[in-house]
Amino acid sequence: MKRLLLIAGLALSPVVAAAPYVPAAGDTVVALLPARDDALRLLRARVAAQPDDVTAAVALARRCIALGRANADPRYFGQAQAALAAWWSKADAPDSVRLLRAELLQNGHRFDAAKAELRRLTAADPRNAQAWLTLATVQAVQGDSAAATRSCARLSGLAGQLEAFTCLAGASANTPRMRGSEKLLDMALRRDPEATPAVRTWALTLLAEFAARRDDATLADQRFRSALRVTPRDIYLLDAYADFLLDQRRAREVPALLRGRDNVDGLLLRQALALRQLGDERALAPVRETLQARFNAAHLRGDDTHLREQARFTLHVLGDARTALALALRNWQVQKELADTRILLEAGLAARDRQALRPVTQWVRTEGVDDAAIARLMRRAP
Amino acid sequence: MRGLAILLALLLATPAYAHKSSDSYLTLRLDGTRLEGRWDIALRDLDAAIGLDDDGDGRLTWDELRARHDAIARYALARLQLDTPGGRCTLVAGPQRLDQHTDGVYTVLPLAGLCPATVRLTVNYRLFADVDAQHRGLLRIGAGADTVSAILGGEQPVQTVALEEANQGGQFLAYVRHGVDHIWHGYDHLLFLISLLLPAVLVWRDGRWHQAAGFGAAAVDVARTVTAFTLAHSLTLALAALGMLTPPSRWVEAAIAASVVIAALNNVWPLVQGRRWVAALLFGLVHGFGFAGVLGGLGLPSDALAVSLLGFNAGVELGQLAVVAVVLPIAFAARATFVYRRVLLPGASLVIAVVACAWLGARVFDWPLAGA
Repeated sequence: MKRLLLIAGLALSPVVAAAPYVPAAGDTVVALLPARDDALRLLRARVAAQPDDVTAAVALARRCIALGRANADPRYFGQAQAALAAWWSKADAPDSVRLLRAELLQNGHRFDAAKAELRRLTAADPRNAQAWLTLATVQAVQGDSAAATRSCARLSGLAGQLEAFTCLAGASANTPRMRGSEKLLDMALRRDPEATPAVRTWALTLLAEFAARRDDATLADQRFRSALRVTPRDIYLLDAYADFLLDQRRAREVPALLRGRDNVDGLLLRQALALRQLGDERALAPVRETLQARFNAAHLRGDDTHLREQARFTLHVLGDARTALALALRNWQVQKELADTRILLEAGLAARDRQALRPVTQWVRTEGVDDAAIARLMRRAP
Repeated sequence: MRGLAILLALLLATPAYAHKSSDSYLTLRLDGTRLEGRWDIALRDLDAAIGLDDDGDGRLTWDELRARHDAIARYALARLQLDTPGGRCTLVAGPQRLDQHTDGVYTVLPLAGLCPATVRLTVNYRLFADVDAQHRGLLRIGAGADTVSAILGGEQPVQTVALEEANQGGQFLAYVRHGVDHIWHGYDHLLFLISLLLPAVLVWRDGRWHQAAGFGAAAVDVARTVTAFTLAHSLTLALAALGMLTPPSRWVEAAIAASVVIAALNNVWPLVQGRRWVAALLFGLVHGFGFAGVLGGLGLPSDALAVSLLGFNAGVELGQLAVVAVVLPIAFAARATFVYRRVLLPGASLVIAVVACAWLGARVFDWPLAGA
């Protein structure tokens, strides 16, 4: 038990490649690995036995992508791509491969490449609901609300009402139509008590975020808690709820919410922000070092998918406004979700950089972004 | 609709930064033609690729891991090739240790090898390519004052890294170091030399050892012996390195062991007296072939044969002189004592003879013996 605790401590150890060591005893547990996943092994065995079987490869890749999302663990995305290796660079790959290829490109934040793939796919197969939904997601992330809304409209004839309304709510997140979307989604969710846990959580999380954006903290909290009852370990939900608690100056509740999830950088970032808000410098120090080391490690491999989190870390934990602004600007070139816009405004204001703020403030006004926190920041902007 | 519900989780997908993508850390240093470094590979990735967690309980013990060390080294080394314009670098892995990185525990594979040339290094990196298409090898390679980094793997498994132009001076020095290393770690040469040095401060007369008159006489004797040894082994080293004369290494090694036995026994029951330089000259020829074997194993760069040969030889001489500088003053100071003449000299010589006999047996008859 003592050894296990030691390893748990090591997971937070920021030291990179310090000094190699040899364990004292043969029965020392040197690492905790993912427990054997028999379903995954079975899929792998099938692919190994029939390397030309696209159905087997797609099944394996799909399972890996699902695991990658559920655990926020990008290693599974690499494994999914490897499963599709035989078709990966083929322009005429089967539709099932192309959809997964688009999803993997999206996960790597290669949004333009993902969009191009999905446009070809939806042109060839206009009844592919999953392709329309993924396309809408990518368009929304890039801040193209009009295109995302059009893609959701194509989805509405192919999927259920709840799915279509959730798609539309995501697409309108940057626009004044957001309030209408919230009402529609709330209604659709009430009408569909049979919805799967995944869809329920997805809808409830969006609804909670929308309520928070209207400064209706009571309703937001209620919706977050309903979602947590459905899927208590959902990472996106935990991210969103922790952010809500931080905004409500309820940092004290964050550590308990995220306990044991240090291996996910996004959740660890929220821990750091909470400790910062609580003024607990002693507990913050190791978390800060760990996060810094992880950002450094990502930078070494040329990985840019964490820029939003790194900008938040740099501004709110390190207090380095200039560097945070540079990171937030680079991030905003790639993605324009509400959180991307917000960190750019925060960093620009902290750095007092009028020039950097101009494009984003203009964009917020043109799009008509409807959000209480953004509105407060905009009032301070030039 | 079918299947859509599951994949709807898409919109909730967290950014891909979390946890971490798979990386290995390959740190190399090129000194002349000698390659050294370490390769840190995540245990989690090795477990997915070749299986480490024997009982599948998710708790990897040191015993479970140790049992797979050879398999890990084989798996990894088969997926890394380093090529230079002069040919492929050799690469061997040492005993593995552990280290902590941001996303967990890694095995640390110490690497050593030799590259035929040093200017451009073409790295062919295919670790985990078949199981994780987003795995990358983060290379840092130092040569001289130069450090080059590269991200290996993925769509570019083969990459060429340009290193600082290897200069002749650097290469010469690298071989000087090889030479010194070899004398200090080649115990047979060392013991042969010591066997010749111990009696240099004495004179054999009337069936027993007397102390030599002065330091000058002893120093002249040593200088003669060492010079003879040097001339002889330089000659055969050059002949063998240039490929003109290459006797089978097993007999060379055996003859070297025999030379140590004879030199040591000669201190106890002197047959050759005052003419130790003759013995040094004769046996030096044999030792030279031994050095050539080592040099061959290091891999001589064809573009700088003379420089490296000269450097290696100079290193051997420097190493030799260092031994003389330590042993001679001590022996000279102690030469007048009874202990030195009647206990230390014969005792040490007998021990050396016994050790060398064991080497001789091991080398002739393949007896299993550590250090032979």
